[in-house]
Amino acid sequence: MDWPAFALSLKLGFWTCAVLLPLAIMLARWLATTASPAKPWIEALVMLPLVLPPTVLGYYLLVGLGQTSWLGRLFAALTGGDILFTFKGLLIASLLVNIPFAVQPMQRAFEAIKPNIREAAWVSGLSRWDTFRRIEWPLAWPGVASALALVLAHTLGEFGVLLLVGGSIPGETRTLSISIYDRLQAFRNDEAAIMAGALLAFAFAALAVVHLSARRRPHA
Amino acid sequence: MRDAGALADLDVRLNQDGPIPLDVALSCTSTSLLALVGPSGSGKTTVLRAIAGLMTPKNGVISVGGETWLDTAAGHSLSPQRRRTGLVFQDYALFPHLTALDTVALASDATTREDKRATAAIWLKRVNLEGLENRRPSQLSGGQQQRVALARALARDPRVLLLDEPFSAVDQRTRERLKQELATLRGTLRCPIILVTHDLDEALALADRIGVLSRGRTLQLDTPDVVMTRPTSRTVARLMGQMNIFNGTITSARRIQWSGGELELTHLPASVSPGQTVQWLIPSDAIVLHRRGRPSQGERENPVLCRVVQLTRLGDQTAVTAMVDAAPDAIFNFRLPTHAARRNELAEGSDVTVSLLADSLHVFV
Repeated sequence: MDWPAFALSLKLGFWTCAVLLPLAIMLARWLATTASPAKPWIEALVMLPLVLPPTVLGYYLLVGLGQTSWLGRLFAALTGGDILFTFKGLLIASLLVNIPFAVQPMQRAFEAIKPNIREAAWVSGLSRWDTFRRIEWPLAWPGVASALALVLAHTLGEFGVLLLVGGSIPGETRTLSISIYDRLQAFRNDEAAIMAGALLAFAFAALAVVHLSARRRPHA
Repeated sequence: MRDAGALADLDVRLNQDGPIPLDVALSCTSTSLLALVGPSGSGKTTVLRAIAGLMTPKNGVISVGGETWLDTAAGHSLSPQRRRTGLVFQDYALFPHLTALDTVALASDATTREDKRATAAIWLKRVNLEGLENRRPSQLSGGQQQRVALARALARDPRVLLLDEPFSAVDQRTRERLKQELATLRGTLRCPIILVTHDLDEALALADRIGVLSRGRTLQLDTPDVVMTRPTSRTVARLMGQMNIFNGTITSARRIQWSGGELELTHLPASVSPGQTVQWLIPSDAIVLHRRGRPSQGERENPVLCRVVQLTRLGDQTAVTAMVDAAPDAIFNFRLPTHAARRNELAEGSDVTVSLLADSLHVFV
């Protein structure tokens, strides 16, 4: 078992969840409640990472974050380092590919709250923030929890984009799925099997949590 | 609750071309109940939403007791949170995760959690929900949910109470009970109440005034009696369920000629003059059946000979459709107690004579 790779995968999963959580909640809630004509376009953009081949996304990240790009140069000017082939680059890639996994379940959860429930809260004197905190959040959190479980499982299993953007630097960018690939390339199948089994079990457990939380949703 | 000094009248003027056309002017005094009636899509719920601040019309003024909630010309609009309306939604819009007590407490203005819950308990008791405080909406019947929604609206200590078809989602028996409870409760409330309903009987039973809406326009705003017996237009009459509308010609200040003969009337609008062709209405409760074999003096008042073409028993009432002998295109519809229909041996095809009460005969301007 490649424990450093496992730890890196968990670290990547944690930061992906931590950064995506507030952003995805805001975007999902907006998508669930807006009547904006831009909504279908935003929804299409959100879903894009789900259908794009990892190589396409990886290519654009390589181009967009490389040393010759304005973003890469800006990052270098601010931090003195590169984005590509670092953990930060890995995190940016992970955030992008996980957007649909985070936003979709959350959006469905907020859409399940009937608009007049919010309106009833406003008319009862609750501010918009209190309405979110006391009415929407207690109703939507199972959807948010499902989204986070999905993001975590997907991050641990993500391979193509991470390999393109991060390579396979031990302790820096070599995640569990990349480590499995490396082991297979080196014909160390037994080690690969253990790690593949661990990933399989984790993914299954995460999906089970998603479905259990949906079943136990008290007010659905 | 506020004291009597805080009584507040409601004035509403709304106007916009779209997306939902509105041309509404209505007012409601404190302690009175205004029922808004009209067909689906007539804008009744939109008016409530505008008053509650959930929808802002292009042009409008809404004021309560001198406090302006909306003045589009001045760019002024209070948020729903600051308007102090109690709104009972058609489907109640209860919070699925909160108990009845927490739901009502949430709307209370009390400062501490204990005071909020105490206030909520009082309101739940007033709407006869004592003992059900800890139930969630899914554990309550439709009628109980409606009561929680009403208690939540009242716990806000509203300056206006808005009821959007509050009895439509419950069975007939519960509806009657809830109506009685509302009628009792409203005597203790000190704020204007606006009830949106498509049930005319409900409006007639509960309202001090009725506003008739159609396609976003207020067609008439008056007491139930006036709206029923003196509708301003044929459209209002139809919307109020009046079916006996006919054409005629005014022959003198007190007489009108129609295909069924000449009738006497007691009131002719000043703008109508002899020789003019008009439409006229006789409310169904102003059609009086002559009793067989027992003539009375009142039978000389606009007697009309008819033939019964349809009899429909509706419990203790019987709906009668009768065709005027002299004018087969003139059809009267009226109701009478079923025992009266039986005693007078009414049957389809039988001849009957009715009187059209002259003081109820209404000529449209």
